[in-house]
Amino acid sequence: MMQDLKFTKTNEWVQYLDETTVRIGLTDYAQKELGDLVFVNLPEEGDEVVAGEAFADVESVKAVSDVYSPVTGTVRSVNEELLDHPELINSDPMEAWFIEVEEVRETTEFLTEDEYDQFISKEG
Amino acid sequence: MKLIFEKGNKGRGCELLPPCDVPITEVNPNFKRNIELHLPEVSETELSRHYTELMKRTFGVNDGFYPLGSCTMKYNPKINDEMAKLPGFSEIHPLQPEDTIQGCLEVMALAEEYLCEITGMDRMSFQPAAGAHGEFTGLHLIRAYHKSRGDKKRDKILVPDSAHGTNPASATMAGFKVINVPSTKEGLVDLEALKKLVGEDTAGFMLTNPNTLGLFEENILEITDTIHQAGGLNYYDGANLNAIMGIARPGDMGFDVVHLNLHKTFSTPHGGGGPGSGPVGCKDLLAKFLPSPQVMKNSDGSFRLEYNNEQSIGRVKAFYGNFLILVRALTYILTLGREGLKNASESAVLNANYMMHQLKETFSIPFPKACMHEFVISLEKLKKEKGVSALDIAKVMLDYGIHPPTMYFPLIIQEALMVEPTETEAKETLDEVIAIYKQIYEEAVNNPESLHNYPLKTFIGRPDEVMAARNPILRYRAE
Repeated sequence: MMQDLKFTKTNEWVQYLDETTVRIGLTDYAQKELGDLVFVNLPEEGDEVVAGEAFADVESVKAVSDVYSPVTGTVRSVNEELLDHPELINSDPMEAWFIEVEEVRETTEFLTEDEYDQFISKEG
Repeated sequence: MKLIFEKGNKGRGCELLPPCDVPITEVNPNFKRNIELHLPEVSETELSRHYTELMKRTFGVNDGFYPLGSCTMKYNPKINDEMAKLPGFSEIHPLQPEDTIQGCLEVMALAEEYLCEITGMDRMSFQPAAGAHGEFTGLHLIRAYHKSRGDKKRDKILVPDSAHGTNPASATMAGFKVINVPSTKEGLVDLEALKKLVGEDTAGFMLTNPNTLGLFEENILEITDTIHQAGGLNYYDGANLNAIMGIARPGDMGFDVVHLNLHKTFSTPHGGGGPGSGPVGCKDLLAKFLPSPQVMKNSDGSFRLEYNNEQSIGRVKAFYGNFLILVRALTYILTLGREGLKNASESAVLNANYMMHQLKETFSIPFPKACMHEFVISLEKLKKEKGVSALDIAKVMLDYGIHPPTMYFPLIIQEALMVEPTETEAKETLDEVIAIYKQIYEEAVNNPESLHNYPLKTFIGRPDEVMAARNPILRYRAE
């Protein structure tokens, strides 16, 4: 499963559940940069998300930041536990997925884990 | 310290109100409370001591240096309060007949005239209670304008990525979709990107000028023209007006609507509830949409309140806004006069440049060329190399008896400190602060670990901000 993990330059991870269904979350690097999260806004089931456009936002004590969708498709499931427990994103960002999207038609540019590690080491 | 609810005793009170001299009316039992109102019951002595104790724990402009960037924490002259205390202003009722409050109406008319002159606008409303409220009102003027022309597809407001957070928030609250406009490496609006983002759906563009990096938007005329060509309107966020009073006017830069923060630029109280005041001014093309009522001058020189304004967006606050704050702002304008206001802006810019120049060898300053009334420091390198963050630096400043700058803003600068000294600080104060900043930096480099523990001398050390945000306790609950 882990081979199917992709990353974006806007610090989201994408896991393919099957060929047209993905699970999306925020990377470990992103949660560290943002610091302790205190609030999350999520879309609703059935919403359309568009590759490269914000679909959620996360709030730390410092700032509110957009989370961008790596894919175009329809939200099939939302991890509503995050609404009450945004700290899960800090404690286990790979487990704390935001949404699952089906009927994926389009994607942004994806990086492999190695490429992403290189990308953030340049950024950081 | 104890809360006021935890002080005093049952049945105790202060005789601050005069005895009732009118018949007591019975309230309809349907509207009566079922349980007794829980109010503090304290004597005047206890009340007075309570607030004095609270006062000792606060920090204001009267305590020391307060360089909160984009907040313009300038000194509030005492003459402002003296004028606001005059019984003709303070002992009136908002529903009094117009002919008994002509002086108050004249204050509003005069303040409108002067503030329009300063901003290059044609009309102004004083209803909005603060900056973000002004933004919300101004955006509704923009919406009303497009709607009145039958132009219904304009649902997007463009906002630079360096904007105050209130801009996208106000635009969203006013029902618009927010489009982010990137900044260039030089920290200015990316004109080429802007040109690509405008179109038939552009309702307007919100801009602070000088912007939050303390830089004057050099391409301002081309920026506002780009928006106008696309059919949108330009909104001026007046948060940083203190840099340009009497020197440049938003109206001449191509802005159609502005808000001012009287509690920043015009020396009225800021913080502690103020209350604030965020007047909205506009060009003639938007005037008919302003909130009602507007003060108008009659042919005989007297003033009236004009309610007959069919296209008005309606009220945004009860009555006439925070009137006594307006009295203070007008006092400030009349005290300083035309040259004085210009001098205030020039000194504000000079003070910021002096501090930046003195600090630029020590601190990393992302845009080190001449700034306007504020400048931004980045502590990214210090954070990376020594683990000392902008928060650590801000906290230790408290122990030196100075207020920290705005931190972690603007968002496009990592580990930002945004410094706005204002014109009301003397050179000696600036020199002392510069020495403190340098001393703190040296400590951060030589002894980074120690920086995580400050402040030690304040009543409250480091509150748990994360816990406060996750589990806020917003009111007192009786046992």
